[in-house]
Amino acid sequence: MNGILSIFIVLPIVSAFLIPLFNRVNRKMPDIIGNLTVFCLLASAIGIFFLFQPGFVVVYHNLVLDGLSHLLIITINLIACMVAFYSINYMERYTGKSRYYALFMLMLAGMNGVVLAGDFILLFIFLELAATASSALVGFGTQAEEMEASLKYLIMGSVASLFILFGIALLYGLTGAVNMADIARILQQTDSSWPRTFIIVLFLLGFGTKAAIVPFHSWLPDAHPSAPAPISAMLSGVLIKALGVYALVRIIYNVMGMTPQVSTVLMMLGTVSMLVGVLLAIGQWDFKRLLACHSISQIGYVVLGIGIATPIGVMGGLFHLFNHAIFKSLLFLNAGAVEYTTGTRDLRKMGGLANKMPINAVTSLAASLSISGIPPFNGFWSKLFIILACVQSGKLLLAFACAVGSLLTLASFLKVQKYAFFDNIKVEFENIREVPAVMWFPMVIMALLCLIMGIFFQYSISIIINPAVQAVARGVSYGRIVMGGL
Amino acid sequence: MVIYLLCVVLILTGLYGIAAKKDLLKMVIGLIIMEYSVILFFILIGYQKEGLSSTVKASSSALAAAGLSITVITAAIVLRVYERYGTSDITKIRKLKG
Repeated sequence: MNGILSIFIVLPIVSAFLIPLFNRVNRKMPDIIGNLTVFCLLASAIGIFFLFQPGFVVVYHNLVLDGLSHLLIITINLIACMVAFYSINYMERYTGKSRYYALFMLMLAGMNGVVLAGDFILLFIFLELAATASSALVGFGTQAEEMEASLKYLIMGSVASLFILFGIALLYGLTGAVNMADIARILQQTDSSWPRTFIIVLFLLGFGTKAAIVPFHSWLPDAHPSAPAPISAMLSGVLIKALGVYALVRIIYNVMGMTPQVSTVLMMLGTVSMLVGVLLAIGQWDFKRLLACHSISQIGYVVLGIGIATPIGVMGGLFHLFNHAIFKSLLFLNAGAVEYTTGTRDLRKMGGLANKMPINAVTSLAASLSISGIPPFNGFWSKLFIILACVQSGKLLLAFACAVGSLLTLASFLKVQKYAFFDNIKVEFENIREVPAVMWFPMVIMALLCLIMGIFFQYSISIIINPAVQAVARGVSYGRIVMGGL
Repeated sequence: MVIYLLCVVLILTGLYGIAAKKDLLKMVIGLIIMEYSVILFFILIGYQKEGLSSTVKASSSALAAAGLSITVITAAIVLRVYERYGTSDITKIRKLKG
């Protein structure tokens, strides 16, 4: 039964190798195999609810699945499923669709592996796998700008990975173990404050770069818009969370133990990212670049919520992580659809698309309202919880910063809506039509998810967020629990 | 103790190569130096503990392979960038704005 954990890693890797092989048999095979794989993964991610009792910690060799991992597994495979379906039509513009799907599957395997890894070496290997595959995908169009962005992403990402590896080596020197549960247990018994601080700084540097927290964000506004739209959705939607935020939460809460100092640092980094990201975004005219800058800002909310370290703060942070994955992926798919029909990403050249592309306009409106925190959409509730957590712990200034960030987000999305969808139509766009159903179907599902998750927020929290909050709240007793399960 | 410090110096040399050099190939070489010196650091720590521990034996080769894959893909992208821009000077490679 526990072997189901290995499916999340083995299945995408196997299909990554099968896709180029079967491409020679039939040109349709990459689409079929790719979509079948991600659908199976999503089905098994949801199936875990029925297989294990609530509050589970499942251990299978070096893989560990608890509530926090499960939240990320659901997020990753849900977005991957939508994005793979969207790619069927969108990726026709590029040559080498089989290579695209193969790299996509490798990236998926890397992310699933990072989330499930129970020891640091495994985590690092999967981190490298995801980083390699995603940097190849960023440069998939092979235009000059895309290669430049890919190079920038790869160099910064590798340096970040090496900081992480250096931290792992020091941690190994300190404890003599690489298994997270072992390390958590041994660190509790040893008293070593300064090496521990240094290791946390290294991890903050490394995973902070992966998560694009300000001041380590400079690669993101280049790398995310350069990728093909479905990959931008994957990168902004889940990659920065799986590789950055998840790993930080796991290490800080469950392995090293949360301290007031780390909490303060995380809150500061989160607030700065939140404000700097949105200020960067508000002046952009490139649709996808604007969205990428908003990713920095929204990751700031997540990090702030997690940094407050009260149960309601962590709940708000993790709920925002899930919501952001949905609405940001949806916005990138919208931007891709607009680029698909009009051939431009410049907001000033668009206008009046709402009449020609009604489904696209409605779904992007839903996502914009959600990201700006307008009730009853899901983004409102998660931001509300984060602000409540700030107020509850007496940090009124941070609560005010959250509200300001949200207001500026609303302003910049009003700009998007006005220039892209609500203005008068330009002459050259008189003949455009709505994108094909294969492309709008996933967008509609994601817009509905935004609305449903918002209206029935108490159910969505009790079903998927609360187990994750419990897993985080276990703190360093994670080590004992996992070792007991072995 | 000296050997660890020397290894850290090697890591910093690689970091200097990545941060300060203007030529793409030199940056890649800096990346390689940093990569392998971090792996060397890991092996040194494993060696001091209990002979060469089985954890390090098993994982150092996997880490080296992961490092190699990163190096190869960086080299491939550097080649493509050189093809597009006709130069390997990073101060001239800036078509992206912001």
